[in-house]
Amino acid sequence: MLFISPWLIGLVWFYLYPFAASLFYSFFNATAFGLGSFVGFRNYQLMALDPLFWRSLLNTIAYTAGSVLLGTFLALSLALLVPKRRGGSVYRTIFYLPMVVPFSAVSIIWIWILHPQYGLLNHYLQQFGVSPPGWLSDPKWAMPALVIVSGWSIGNMLVLYLAGILDIPAELYEAARLDGASAWKRLTRITLPMLSPVILFNLIIGLISGFQYFVQPYIMTNGGPADSTLVYPLYLYRNAFQFFRMGYACAMGWVLFLVLLVLTAFVLNSSRRWVHYRG
Amino acid sequence: MDRLQHTTRYIVLIGAAILFLVPFLWLISTSLKTNDQIVQGSTSWIPRPLTLQNYANAFTSVPLFEYAKNTLVIAVFSVIGALFSNTLVAYGFSRLEWRSRELFFLVTLATLMLPFQVTMVPLFMMFSRLHWTNTFLPLIVPCFFGNAFYIFLLRQFFLGIPRDLSEAAKLEGASELQILWHIILPLARPALLAVALFQFLFSWNDFLGPLIYLTDQSKFTLALGLANMQSAIGLSDFGAMMAAATVTVAPVIIVFIFTQRYFIAGILASRAKS
Repeated sequence: MLFISPWLIGLVWFYLYPFAASLFYSFFNATAFGLGSFVGFRNYQLMALDPLFWRSLLNTIAYTAGSVLLGTFLALSLALLVPKRRGGSVYRTIFYLPMVVPFSAVSIIWIWILHPQYGLLNHYLQQFGVSPPGWLSDPKWAMPALVIVSGWSIGNMLVLYLAGILDIPAELYEAARLDGASAWKRLTRITLPMLSPVILFNLIIGLISGFQYFVQPYIMTNGGPADSTLVYPLYLYRNAFQFFRMGYACAMGWVLFLVLLVLTAFVLNSSRRWVHYRG
Repeated sequence: MDRLQHTTRYIVLIGAAILFLVPFLWLISTSLKTNDQIVQGSTSWIPRPLTLQNYANAFTSVPLFEYAKNTLVIAVFSVIGALFSNTLVAYGFSRLEWRSRELFFLVTLATLMLPFQVTMVPLFMMFSRLHWTNTFLPLIVPCFFGNAFYIFLLRQFFLGIPRDLSEAAKLEGASELQILWHIILPLARPALLAVALFQFLFSWNDFLGPLIYLTDQSKFTLALGLANMQSAIGLSDFGAMMAAATVTVAPVIIVFIFTQRYFIAGILASRAKS
């Protein structure tokens, strides 16, 4: 139908074609200027032997695991604390605010807060007698620092949890209270199971965005120090736009897609055991 | 809930809220300090004396005004594109009946799962061949061809509008386009506003797009310009950096605070899918 036509064009032009082309180019020595020579699976072989490929994959997995765990914990806990009626929207706004600004601004703000000498964090840590690390300049602490910063951007998850919590019928809690259930029991037997679909949704979203995490490491650490924050999308970007190894970058892109597919399938499969759907 | 639990809850909640606001407050506070104060490690929240010098410096050391202008241009045209294309497409997915409509809709949703890194390189190569690199075109044109998230959002909304309204109009001989324009759109204003706001925000905040397509500094957006500034003067002129960051951040925060109702509604609409 004619109404769909813009999307038909868009789907093919900006999604299907590049998706297929990416696979195609990965078998060539492509550069910015053209296809280059056909090299078969060589890009993939090189990838398997490339220590930075494995390093970046590991870094991205580590970041995703850390940020999803921290983010889920924070978003859920705070959502449970936010009052359901009066004043709730004020808290919701405050917690959502960091999501509204560009990631590059988030990076600048946190570079400043995490500054070893003039940063706010280290200032207060020193006041408590702790001798704080150099955060972004310390290979052991750079990635943990990035994970901590990701905790600031939990607004999306929190809003969804809030909505999920509001959807839980009050009668369930009343019945539980009449049965003498403790707050903990109410939490684990009612709230969490009823929220499990939202938790699953946020988990998958978190997975997908964690694997695309690029801006903050690009600006805050540029992959360092010592490649400790070289995440997969950053290494991909470098291969494409700094080394001009487009074929290799395309191969990396497809591997990313496959890894993500497998992980998502795994999460969805495991979800059957712990997600409880109303019905 | 007893007194102690109640108080603890609010202490933690308010504490968290303060912690979430601190980075913004610190940003503004630092932007108003002189570089001497900053280097001396001043940790006061309200600087004495207050200075606007950093803002002046920020606007002169980089073409910050250009950046803002560029960002606004890209954002406005992207919003126009998004509103135009997605309303048409969403109408087709919701108010019209055709074979394999639902199947095609699922394919549409699948594109949301596709990471940009997979299509990024071929897209860049294609735009290169078209000689569209170093222009705003790669950032604006795709918005005129639909986006799965907005299609989904608008479709959900359109589905909620009663069929009788369309039926009545059809009896009077109205075409689908007329139905869309005169009946559906006026009723869909909240959803349209949500799409406009989301796209505006996305364009304003977009970093990777401008990064790979724009090479002339004069064409940079605020988000990209900030990063560029950081590598240029970030280690010396902290004050100007903070001022520039504030300039980048303030407009979207203000827009958000006044329109949050629509944002939240948009986010909540997206959860119905999974």
